[in-house]
Amino acid sequence: MIEIYEPYIPVLLIAMIVVVLAGVILLANGLLGPKRPTRLKGIPYESGVDPVDSPRHRFSVKFYMTAILFLVFDLEVVFLYPWAVNYNGFLADPGFAATAFGSMAAFLVILALGLFYEYKRGAMSWD
Amino acid sequence: MSAALHPASAPALAQALSTPHSLPHTAADLVAQPWLASLLGVGAIMAFLTLNVLFLIWAERKVSAWIQRRMGPTEVGPYGLFQTLADMLKLISKQLITPSHVDRPLYLLAPLVVFAPVVVAVSLFPFAPGLAVTDVDLGLLLVFAFAGLGIIGIFMAGWGSNNKYALLGAMRSVAQNVSYEIPLILSALAVVLLASHPEGVTLEAGTPSAHTVPLLGTSLAHITLAQEAQGYWFVLVQPVAFVIYFVAALAETNRAPFDIPEAESELVAGFHTEYSGMRFAMFFFAEYTNMLVVSMVATVLFLGGWDGPLLPGPVWFFLKTYTLLFGMIWVRWTWPRLRFDQLMRLCWGLLVPVAILNLLGAAVLAEVL
Repeated sequence: MIEIYEPYIPVLLIAMIVVVLAGVILLANGLLGPKRPTRLKGIPYESGVDPVDSPRHRFSVKFYMTAILFLVFDLEVVFLYPWAVNYNGFLADPGFAATAFGSMAAFLVILALGLFYEYKRGAMSWD
Repeated sequence: MSAALHPASAPALAQALSTPHSLPHTAADLVAQPWLASLLGVGAIMAFLTLNVLFLIWAERKVSAWIQRRMGPTEVGPYGLFQTLADMLKLISKQLITPSHVDRPLYLLAPLVVFAPVVVAVSLFPFAPGLAVTDVDLGLLLVFAFAGLGIIGIFMAGWGSNNKYALLGAMRSVAQNVSYEIPLILSALAVVLLASHPEGVTLEAGTPSAHTVPLLGTSLAHITLAQEAQGYWFVLVQPVAFVIYFVAALAETNRAPFDIPEAESELVAGFHTEYSGMRFAMFFFAEYTNMLVVSMVATVLFLGGWDGPLLPGPVWFFLKTYTLLFGMIWVRWTWPRLRFDQLMRLCWGLLVPVAILNLLGAAVLAEVL
Protein backbone atom coordinates (compact mmCIF):
# COMPACT_ATOMS: atom_id res chain seq x y z
CA MET A 1 0.00 0.00 0.00
CA ILE A 2 2.72 2.42 1.02
CA GLU A 3 4.74 1.86 -2.20
CA ILE A 4 2.05 3.66 -4.19
CA TYR A 5 2.82 6.81 -2.27
CA GLU A 6 6.60 6.47 -2.44
CA PRO A 7 7.12 8.83 -5.42
CA TYR A 8 5.07 11.44 -3.58
CA ILE A 9 7.40 11.57 -0.57
CA PRO A 10 9.91 13.89 -2.34
CA VAL A 11 7.00 16.19 -3.27
CA LEU A 12 6.00 16.45 0.38
CA LEU A 13 9.60 17.01 1.49
CA ILE A 14 10.14 19.65 -1.18
CA ALA A 15 6.99 21.45 -0.10
CA MET A 16 8.25 21.55 3.49
CA ILE A 17 11.77 22.67 2.51
CA VAL A 18 10.40 25.44 0.25
CA VAL A 19 8.19 26.80 3.03
CA VAL A 20 11.16 26.88 5.43
CA LEU A 21 13.36 28.48 2.77
CA ALA A 22 10.79 31.18 2.03
CA GLY A 23 10.48 31.86 5.76
CA VAL A 24 14.27 32.23 6.04
CA ILE A 25 14.38 34.67 3.09
CA LEU A 26 11.65 36.81 4.64
CA LEU A 27 13.40 36.69 8.02
CA ALA A 28 16.71 37.73 6.42
CA ASN A 29 14.98 40.70 4.81
CA GLY A 30 13.46 41.59 8.16
CA LEU A 31 16.93 41.50 9.81
CA LEU A 32 18.83 43.23 6.98
CA GLY A 33 16.33 45.93 6.06
CA PRO A 34 15.92 49.18 7.96
CA LYS A 35 13.16 49.45 10.54
CA ARG A 36 11.78 52.97 10.64
CA PRO A 37 7.99 52.75 10.64
CA THR A 38 6.07 56.02 10.55
CA ARG A 39 2.35 56.74 10.69
CA LEU A 40 2.27 57.68 7.00
CA LYS A 41 3.94 54.41 5.92
CA GLY A 42 1.29 52.57 7.89
CA ILE A 43 -1.83 53.95 6.21
CA PRO A 44 -3.24 52.13 3.15
CA TYR A 45 -1.86 53.43 -0.14
CA GLU A 46 -4.72 54.95 -2.09
CA SER A 47 -2.91 57.24 -4.51
CA GLY A 48 -2.05 59.79 -1.85
CA VAL A 49 -5.61 60.36 -0.72
CA ASP A 50 -6.41 59.57 2.91
CA PRO A 51 -8.55 56.41 2.91
CA VAL A 52 -12.23 56.93 3.56
CA ASP A 53 -14.23 54.05 4.97
CA SER A 54 -13.29 50.37 5.27
CA PRO A 55 -12.47 48.56 2.00
CA ARG A 56 -14.55 45.54 2.99
CA HIS A 57 -17.87 46.36 1.40
CA ARG A 58 -20.42 44.05 -0.12
CA PHE A 59 -19.37 42.92 -3.53
CA SER A 60 -21.28 42.06 -6.68
CA VAL A 61 -23.33 38.86 -6.66
CA LYS A 62 -21.69 38.07 -10.02
CA PHE A 63 -18.59 36.93 -8.17
CA TYR A 64 -20.66 34.34 -6.29
CA MET A 65 -22.24 33.19 -9.56
CA THR A 66 -18.79 32.73 -11.04
CA ALA A 67 -17.67 30.77 -8.00
CA ILE A 68 -20.70 28.46 -8.21
CA LEU A 69 -20.21 27.93 -11.94
CA PHE A 70 -16.58 27.06 -11.25
CA LEU A 71 -17.55 24.51 -8.60
CA VAL A 72 -20.05 22.83 -10.93
CA PHE A 73 -17.67 22.63 -13.87
CA ASP A 74 -14.71 21.58 -11.75
CA LEU A 75 -16.77 18.65 -10.48
CA GLU A 76 -17.64 17.69 -14.06
CA VAL A 77 -13.94 17.66 -14.84
CA VAL A 78 -13.33 15.38 -11.86
CA PHE A 79 -15.74 12.89 -13.48
CA LEU A 80 -14.13 13.30 -16.89
CA TYR A 81 -10.53 12.53 -15.90
CA PRO A 82 -10.95 8.81 -14.99
CA TRP A 83 -12.97 8.33 -18.17
CA ALA A 84 -10.28 9.98 -20.33
CA VAL A 85 -7.50 7.91 -18.75
CA ASN A 86 -9.34 4.64 -19.43
CA TYR A 87 -10.87 5.58 -22.79
CA ASN A 88 -8.32 3.86 -25.04
CA GLY A 89 -8.71 0.75 -22.93
CA PHE A 90 -12.50 0.87 -23.41
CA LEU A 91 -12.01 1.15 -27.17
CA ALA A 92 -9.96 -2.04 -27.19
CA ASP A 93 -13.09 -3.90 -26.05
CA PRO A 94 -15.38 -3.89 -29.12
CA GLY A 95 -18.53 -4.58 -27.11
CA PHE A 96 -17.96 -1.64 -24.81
CA ALA A 97 -16.57 1.02 -27.17
CA ALA A 98 -19.95 2.46 -28.18
CA THR A 99 -21.11 2.61 -24.55
CA ALA A 100 -17.87 4.32 -23.49
CA PHE A 101 -18.29 7.01 -26.11
CA GLY A 102 -22.07 7.33 -25.96
CA SER A 103 -22.41 7.68 -22.21
CA MET A 104 -19.80 10.38 -21.96
CA ALA A 105 -21.14 12.15 -25.06
CA ALA A 106 -24.55 12.28 -23.39
CA PHE A 107 -22.92 13.63 -20.23
CA LEU A 108 -21.10 16.32 -22.21
CA VAL A 109 -24.28 17.29 -24.10
CA ILE A 110 -26.16 17.78 -20.81
CA LEU A 111 -23.19 19.80 -19.56
CA ALA A 112 -23.26 21.96 -22.69
CA LEU A 113 -27.03 22.46 -22.38
CA GLY A 114 -26.56 23.61 -18.79
CA LEU A 115 -23.89 26.02 -19.90
CA PHE A 116 -26.16 27.35 -22.66
CA TYR A 117 -28.99 27.84 -20.15
CA GLU A 118 -26.71 29.72 -17.74
CA TYR A 119 -25.47 31.86 -20.60
CA LYS A 120 -28.99 32.75 -21.71
CA ARG A 121 -30.03 33.55 -18.14
CA GLY A 122 -27.18 36.07 -18.07
CA ALA A 123 -25.09 34.42 -15.36
CA MET A 124 -21.92 35.32 -17.25
CA SER A 125 -22.81 38.83 -18.41
CA TRP A 126 -21.24 41.59 -16.37
CA ASP A 127 -22.91 44.67 -17.83
CA MET B 1 10.49 11.89 -33.37
CA SER B 2 10.24 8.23 -32.46
CA ALA B 3 11.83 6.73 -29.42
CA ALA B 4 14.57 5.30 -31.63
CA LEU B 5 16.22 8.69 -31.49
CA HIS B 6 17.13 8.09 -27.90
CA PRO B 7 18.75 4.66 -28.08
CA ALA B 8 20.51 4.99 -24.77
CA SER B 9 17.77 6.44 -22.64
CA ALA B 10 14.43 5.18 -23.90
CA PRO B 11 14.80 1.47 -23.00
CA ALA B 12 15.89 2.31 -19.49
CA LEU B 13 12.91 4.57 -19.03
CA ALA B 14 10.55 2.12 -20.67
CA GLN B 15 11.76 -0.63 -18.36
CA ALA B 16 11.40 1.65 -15.39
CA LEU B 17 7.89 2.55 -16.42
CA SER B 18 6.86 -1.07 -16.87
CA THR B 19 7.75 -1.68 -13.23
CA PRO B 20 5.78 1.16 -11.74
CA HIS B 21 7.06 3.56 -9.11
CA SER B 22 10.73 2.70 -9.33
CA LEU B 23 12.32 5.14 -11.74
CA PRO B 24 16.07 4.74 -11.76
CA HIS B 25 18.35 7.70 -12.38
CA THR B 26 16.12 10.15 -10.59
CA ALA B 27 17.61 12.20 -7.81
CA ALA B 28 15.86 9.93 -5.33
CA ASP B 29 17.88 6.91 -6.45
CA LEU B 30 21.19 8.67 -6.84
CA VAL B 31 21.01 9.66 -3.21
CA ALA B 32 19.42 6.91 -1.15
CA GLN B 33 17.99 9.18 1.53
CA PRO B 34 14.80 10.79 0.21
CA TRP B 35 15.18 13.90 2.36
CA LEU B 36 18.75 14.45 1.16
CA ALA B 37 17.63 13.99 -2.45
CA SER B 38 14.79 16.42 -1.90
CA LEU B 39 17.20 18.93 -0.41
CA LEU B 40 19.44 18.59 -3.48
CA GLY B 41 16.41 18.80 -5.73
CA VAL B 42 15.16 21.95 -4.06
CA GLY B 43 18.64 23.46 -4.24
CA ALA B 44 18.91 22.75 -7.96
CA ILE B 45 15.37 23.95 -8.65
CA MET B 46 15.73 27.14 -6.60
CA ALA B 47 19.01 27.97 -8.37
CA PHE B 48 17.39 27.37 -11.73
CA LEU B 49 14.23 29.30 -10.85
CA THR B 50 16.17 32.29 -9.56
CA LEU B 51 18.22 32.41 -12.76
CA ASN B 52 15.03 31.93 -14.78
CA VAL B 53 13.22 34.80 -13.06
CA LEU B 54 16.23 37.11 -13.38
CA PHE B 55 16.50 36.23 -17.06
CA LEU B 56 12.75 36.45 -17.78
CA ILE B 57 12.39 39.91 -16.26
CA TRP B 58 15.41 41.08 -18.24
CA ALA B 59 14.00 39.44 -21.38
CA GLU B 60 10.60 41.03 -20.79
CA ARG B 61 12.17 44.48 -20.50
CA LYS B 62 14.40 43.95 -23.53
CA VAL B 63 11.60 42.55 -25.71
CA SER B 64 9.20 45.32 -24.70
CA ALA B 65 11.92 47.87 -25.42
CA TRP B 66 12.53 46.28 -28.80
CA ILE B 67 8.81 46.29 -29.63
CA GLN B 68 8.50 49.94 -28.56
CA ARG B 69 11.77 51.02 -30.26
CA ARG B 70 13.59 51.74 -27.01
CA MET B 71 16.88 50.51 -25.59
CA GLY B 72 15.72 48.80 -22.39
CA PRO B 73 18.20 48.28 -19.55
CA THR B 74 21.80 48.92 -20.69
CA GLU B 75 23.78 50.17 -17.68
CA VAL B 76 24.36 47.20 -15.35
CA GLY B 77 26.50 44.51 -16.98
CA PRO B 78 26.67 43.62 -20.69
CA TYR B 79 23.35 44.51 -22.38
CA GLY B 80 21.98 45.32 -18.94
CA LEU B 81 21.98 41.62 -18.04
CA PHE B 82 22.65 42.20 -14.33
CA GLN B 83 19.93 44.83 -13.96
CA THR B 84 17.43 42.45 -12.37
CA LEU B 85 20.14 41.04 -10.07
CA ALA B 86 20.78 44.58 -8.84
CA ASP B 87 17.02 45.09 -8.39
CA MET B 88 16.83 41.85 -6.40
CA LEU B 89 19.66 42.94 -4.07
CA LYS B 90 17.94 46.28 -3.59
CA LEU B 91 14.66 44.56 -2.64
CA ILE B 92 16.41 42.36 -0.03
CA SER B 93 17.81 45.44 1.73
CA LYS B 94 14.51 47.35 1.73
CA GLN B 95 12.30 47.99 4.73
CA LEU B 96 9.48 45.49 5.25
CA ILE B 97 6.53 47.77 5.88
CA THR B 98 3.59 46.18 7.65
CA PRO B 99 0.79 48.75 7.37
CA SER B 100 -1.44 49.31 10.37
CA HIS B 101 -4.90 47.69 10.44
CA VAL B 102 -3.88 44.79 8.20
CA ASP B 103 -5.16 41.32 9.05
CA ARG B 104 -1.74 40.17 10.27
CA PRO B 105 -1.94 36.35 9.86
CA LEU B 106 -3.40 36.62 6.35
CA TYR B 107 -1.13 39.49 5.32
CA LEU B 108 2.07 37.78 6.49
CA LEU B 109 1.23 34.29 5.22
CA ALA B 110 0.05 35.36 1.75
CA PRO B 111 3.51 35.69 0.09
CA LEU B 112 4.39 32.19 1.34
CA VAL B 113 1.14 30.68 0.04
CA VAL B 114 1.71 32.24 -3.39
CA PHE B 115 5.42 31.41 -3.53
CA ALA B 116 5.73 27.83 -2.24
CA PRO B 117 3.27 25.94 -4.51
CA VAL B 118 4.76 27.09 -7.82
CA VAL B 119 8.23 25.94 -6.75
CA VAL B 120 6.81 22.53 -5.81
CA ALA B 121 5.04 22.40 -9.18
CA VAL B 122 8.33 22.88 -11.04
CA SER B 123 9.83 19.90 -9.19
CA LEU B 124 7.27 17.56 -10.78
CA PHE B 125 8.49 17.91 -14.37
CA PRO B 126 10.58 15.36 -16.24
CA PHE B 127 13.10 17.49 -18.16
CA ALA B 128 14.56 14.43 -19.91
CA PRO B 129 14.55 10.67 -19.34
CA GLY B 130 16.21 10.30 -15.96
CA LEU B 131 16.37 14.03 -15.30
CA ALA B 132 13.56 14.50 -12.83
CA VAL B 133 13.31 15.08 -9.10
CA THR B 134 10.43 12.64 -8.92
CA ASP B 135 7.95 11.06 -11.29
CA VAL B 136 4.43 10.71 -9.96
CA ASP B 137 1.40 9.12 -11.61
CA LEU B 138 -0.78 12.16 -11.10
CA GLY B 139 1.86 14.67 -12.13
CA LEU B 140 -0.39 16.72 -14.39
CA LEU B 141 -3.17 16.94 -11.82
CA LEU B 142 -0.68 17.84 -9.08
CA VAL B 143 0.78 20.62 -11.23
CA PHE B 144 -2.70 22.06 -11.79
CA ALA B 145 -3.50 21.67 -8.10
CA PHE B 146 -0.35 23.44 -6.96
CA ALA B 147 -0.76 26.16 -9.59
CA GLY B 148 -4.33 26.62 -8.33
CA LEU B 149 -3.23 26.99 -4.70
CA GLY B 150 -1.73 30.36 -5.51
CA ILE B 151 -5.22 31.83 -5.94
CA ILE B 152 -5.83 31.33 -2.21
CA GLY B 153 -2.68 33.29 -1.45
CA ILE B 154 -3.75 36.07 -3.81
CA PHE B 155 -7.09 36.39 -2.05
CA MET B 156 -5.39 36.29 1.37
CA ALA B 157 -3.17 39.16 0.24
CA GLY B 158 -6.08 41.19 -1.13
CA TRP B 159 -8.35 40.63 1.86
CA GLY B 160 -5.64 41.04 4.48
CA SER B 161 -4.19 44.25 3.05
CA ASN B 162 -6.99 46.55 4.21
CA ASN B 163 -6.73 48.43 0.91
CA LYS B 164 -9.49 49.01 -1.63
CA TYR B 165 -7.26 48.53 -4.64
CA ALA B 166 -5.86 45.31 -3.22
CA LEU B 167 -9.29 43.85 -2.49
CA LEU B 168 -10.67 44.80 -5.91
CA GLY B 169 -7.60 43.33 -7.62
CA ALA B 170 -7.90 40.11 -5.61
CA MET B 171 -11.63 39.74 -6.39
CA ARG B 172 -11.01 40.16 -10.09
CA SER B 173 -8.02 37.86 -9.97
CA VAL B 174 -9.89 35.04 -8.25
CA ALA B 175 -12.91 35.33 -10.58
CA GLN B 176 -10.62 35.29 -13.60
CA ASN B 177 -8.42 32.44 -12.38
CA VAL B 178 -11.23 30.08 -11.42
CA SER B 179 -13.06 30.80 -14.69
CA TYR B 180 -10.10 30.15 -16.94
CA GLU B 181 -9.12 27.04 -15.03
CA ILE B 182 -12.08 25.25 -16.65
CA PRO B 183 -10.97 25.64 -20.33
CA LEU B 184 -7.37 25.05 -19.21
CA ILE B 185 -8.16 21.69 -17.63
CA LEU B 186 -10.64 20.70 -20.37
CA SER B 187 -8.07 21.30 -23.12
CA ALA B 188 -5.48 19.31 -21.18
CA LEU B 189 -8.08 16.56 -20.82
CA ALA B 190 -8.15 16.03 -24.59
CA VAL B 191 -4.42 15.27 -24.48
CA VAL B 192 -4.80 13.00 -21.45
CA LEU B 193 -7.39 11.05 -23.44
CA LEU B 194 -5.08 10.61 -26.43
CA ALA B 195 -1.97 9.89 -24.35
CA SER B 196 -3.49 7.18 -22.16
CA HIS B 197 -3.03 3.59 -23.27
CA PRO B 198 -4.03 1.16 -20.54
CA GLU B 199 -3.34 -1.67 -23.00
CA GLY B 200 0.15 -0.35 -23.58
CA VAL B 201 2.13 1.00 -26.49
CA THR B 202 5.30 -0.47 -27.94
CA LEU B 203 8.36 1.71 -27.80
CA GLU B 204 10.70 0.79 -30.63
CA ALA B 205 13.91 1.81 -29.03
CA GLY B 206 16.37 0.47 -31.60
CA THR B 207 17.38 -2.27 -29.21
CA PRO B 208 17.06 -6.06 -29.44
CA SER B 209 13.67 -6.06 -27.75
CA ALA B 210 10.91 -3.50 -27.98
CA HIS B 211 9.04 -2.67 -24.80
CA THR B 212 5.31 -2.55 -24.28
CA VAL B 213 4.48 0.09 -21.71
CA PRO B 214 1.04 0.91 -20.31
CA LEU B 215 0.68 4.68 -20.42
CA LEU B 216 -1.20 6.75 -17.87
CA GLY B 217 -2.24 10.09 -19.34
CA THR B 218 -1.92 11.98 -16.06
CA SER B 219 1.80 11.25 -15.70
CA LEU B 220 3.93 13.91 -17.38
CA ALA B 221 6.60 11.38 -18.36
CA HIS B 222 3.97 9.09 -19.91
CA ILE B 223 2.46 11.91 -21.97
CA THR B 224 5.89 12.59 -23.44
CA LEU B 225 6.46 8.88 -24.06
CA ALA B 226 3.10 8.63 -25.85
CA GLN B 227 4.20 11.33 -28.26
CA GLU B 228 7.54 9.60 -28.80
CA ALA B 229 5.80 6.30 -29.44
CA GLN B 230 3.25 7.73 -31.87
CA GLY B 231 5.84 9.78 -33.69
CA TYR B 232 4.02 13.13 -33.64
CA TRP B 233 3.45 15.90 -31.15
CA PHE B 234 -0.08 16.41 -29.87
CA VAL B 235 -0.20 19.98 -31.17
CA LEU B 236 -0.64 18.44 -34.64
CA VAL B 237 -3.78 16.49 -33.70
CA GLN B 238 -5.03 18.94 -31.06
CA PRO B 239 -4.35 22.44 -32.44
CA VAL B 240 -7.61 23.81 -31.02
CA ALA B 241 -6.78 22.49 -27.55
CA PHE B 242 -3.34 24.10 -27.82
CA VAL B 243 -4.81 27.52 -28.65
CA ILE B 244 -7.39 27.24 -25.84
CA TYR B 245 -4.66 26.16 -23.43
CA PHE B 246 -2.38 29.05 -24.40
CA VAL B 247 -5.14 31.68 -24.06
CA ALA B 248 -6.27 30.24 -20.72
CA ALA B 249 -2.65 30.09 -19.54
CA LEU B 250 -2.22 33.79 -20.27
CA ALA B 251 -5.28 34.46 -18.12
CA GLU B 252 -4.10 32.10 -15.36
CA THR B 253 -0.83 33.99 -15.07
CA ASN B 254 -2.67 37.35 -14.99
CA ARG B 255 -0.81 38.55 -18.05
CA ALA B 256 -1.91 41.01 -20.71
CA PRO B 257 -4.37 41.06 -22.42
CA PHE B 258 -5.90 39.52 -19.27
CA ASP B 259 -4.11 41.65 -16.68
CA ILE B 260 -7.04 43.57 -15.21
CA PRO B 261 -6.31 42.19 -11.69
CA GLU B 262 -3.33 44.51 -11.60
CA ALA B 263 -4.39 47.04 -14.20
CA GLU B 264 -1.84 49.63 -13.15
CA SER B 265 -3.78 52.60 -14.50
CA GLU B 266 -6.76 51.88 -12.23
CA LEU B 267 -5.63 49.62 -9.37
CA VAL B 268 -1.99 50.69 -8.72
CA ALA B 269 -0.64 47.14 -8.40
CA GLY B 270 -3.74 45.09 -7.57
CA PHE B 271 -3.53 42.58 -4.75
CA HIS B 272 0.12 43.29 -3.85
CA THR B 273 -0.21 47.09 -3.55
CA GLU B 274 0.62 47.04 0.18
CA TYR B 275 3.66 44.75 -0.02
CA SER B 276 7.28 45.87 0.04
CA GLY B 277 10.78 44.38 0.06
CA MET B 278 11.12 40.60 -0.24
CA ARG B 279 7.40 40.09 0.34
CA PHE B 280 6.77 41.96 -2.90
CA ALA B 281 9.68 40.12 -4.56
CA MET B 282 8.02 36.80 -3.67
CA PHE B 283 4.84 37.75 -5.55
CA PHE B 284 7.00 38.79 -8.46
CA PHE B 285 9.00 35.56 -8.30
CA ALA B 286 5.80 33.50 -8.15
CA GLU B 287 4.33 35.36 -11.11
CA TYR B 288 7.27 34.70 -13.41
CA THR B 289 7.71 31.13 -12.17
CA ASN B 290 4.02 30.57 -12.88
CA MET B 291 4.67 31.67 -16.47
CA LEU B 292 7.41 29.05 -16.63
CA VAL B 293 5.13 26.36 -15.18
CA VAL B 294 2.30 26.91 -17.67
CA SER B 295 4.82 26.96 -20.53
CA MET B 296 6.40 23.72 -19.33
CA VAL B 297 2.95 22.09 -19.10
CA ALA B 298 2.26 23.20 -22.69
CA THR B 299 5.64 21.81 -23.73
CA VAL B 300 4.86 18.41 -22.23
CA LEU B 301 1.23 18.25 -23.36
CA PHE B 302 1.45 19.60 -26.88
CA LEU B 303 5.08 19.89 -27.98
CA GLY B 304 6.47 16.51 -27.00
CA GLY B 305 8.47 17.49 -23.91
CA TRP B 306 12.07 16.36 -24.30
CA ASP B 307 11.33 14.69 -27.65
CA GLY B 308 13.26 15.95 -30.66
CA PRO B 309 16.01 14.99 -33.10
CA LEU B 310 19.78 15.43 -32.71
CA LEU B 311 19.91 17.70 -29.68
CA PRO B 312 19.78 16.18 -26.16
CA GLY B 313 16.44 16.07 -24.32
CA PRO B 314 16.82 18.95 -21.84
CA VAL B 315 17.90 21.28 -24.66
CA TRP B 316 14.72 20.51 -26.60
CA PHE B 317 12.61 20.84 -23.48
CA PHE B 318 13.88 24.30 -22.63
CA LEU B 319 14.00 25.43 -26.27
CA LYS B 320 10.26 24.77 -26.54
CA THR B 321 9.51 26.25 -23.12
CA TYR B 322 11.35 29.49 -23.78
CA THR B 323 9.84 29.83 -27.25
CA LEU B 324 6.41 29.75 -25.60
CA LEU B 325 7.58 32.22 -22.96
CA PHE B 326 8.76 34.57 -25.72
CA GLY B 327 5.29 34.24 -27.24
CA MET B 328 3.72 35.23 -23.90
CA ILE B 329 5.94 38.32 -23.65
CA TRP B 330 5.22 39.21 -27.26
CA VAL B 331 1.45 38.99 -26.68
CA ARG B 332 1.71 41.19 -23.57
CA TRP B 333 3.35 44.05 -25.44
CA THR B 334 1.14 43.77 -28.53
CA TRP B 335 -2.45 43.39 -27.31
CA PRO B 336 -4.45 45.95 -25.32
CA ARG B 337 -6.14 44.92 -22.09
CA LEU B 338 -9.66 43.40 -22.21
CA ARG B 339 -12.56 44.77 -20.20
CA PHE B 340 -13.83 42.53 -17.39
CA ASP B 341 -17.14 41.64 -19.07
CA GLN B 342 -15.31 40.85 -22.32
CA LEU B 343 -12.92 38.67 -20.36
CA MET B 344 -15.71 36.65 -18.76
CA ARG B 345 -17.64 36.33 -22.01
CA LEU B 346 -14.54 35.07 -23.80
CA CYS B 347 -14.11 32.34 -21.19
CA TRP B 348 -17.67 31.09 -20.64
CA GLY B 349 -19.13 32.02 -24.02
CA LEU B 350 -16.32 30.79 -26.25
CA LEU B 351 -13.46 28.88 -24.64
CA VAL B 352 -15.51 26.51 -22.44
CA PRO B 353 -18.01 25.43 -25.16
CA VAL B 354 -15.24 25.01 -27.73
CA ALA B 355 -13.18 23.01 -25.22
CA ILE B 356 -16.17 20.69 -24.58
CA LEU B 357 -16.69 20.19 -28.32
CA ASN B 358 -12.98 19.63 -28.76
CA LEU B 359 -13.05 16.96 -26.07
CA LEU B 360 -15.81 15.12 -27.96
CA GLY B 361 -13.74 15.51 -31.12
CA ALA B 362 -10.74 14.02 -29.35
CA ALA B 363 -12.85 11.04 -28.29
CA VAL B 364 -13.79 10.45 -31.93
CA LEU B 365 -10.21 10.99 -32.99
CA ALA B 366 -8.99 8.38 -30.52
CA GLU B 367 -11.22 5.87 -32.29
CA VAL B 368 -9.76 6.79 -35.68
CA LEU B 369 -6.10 6.85 -34.65
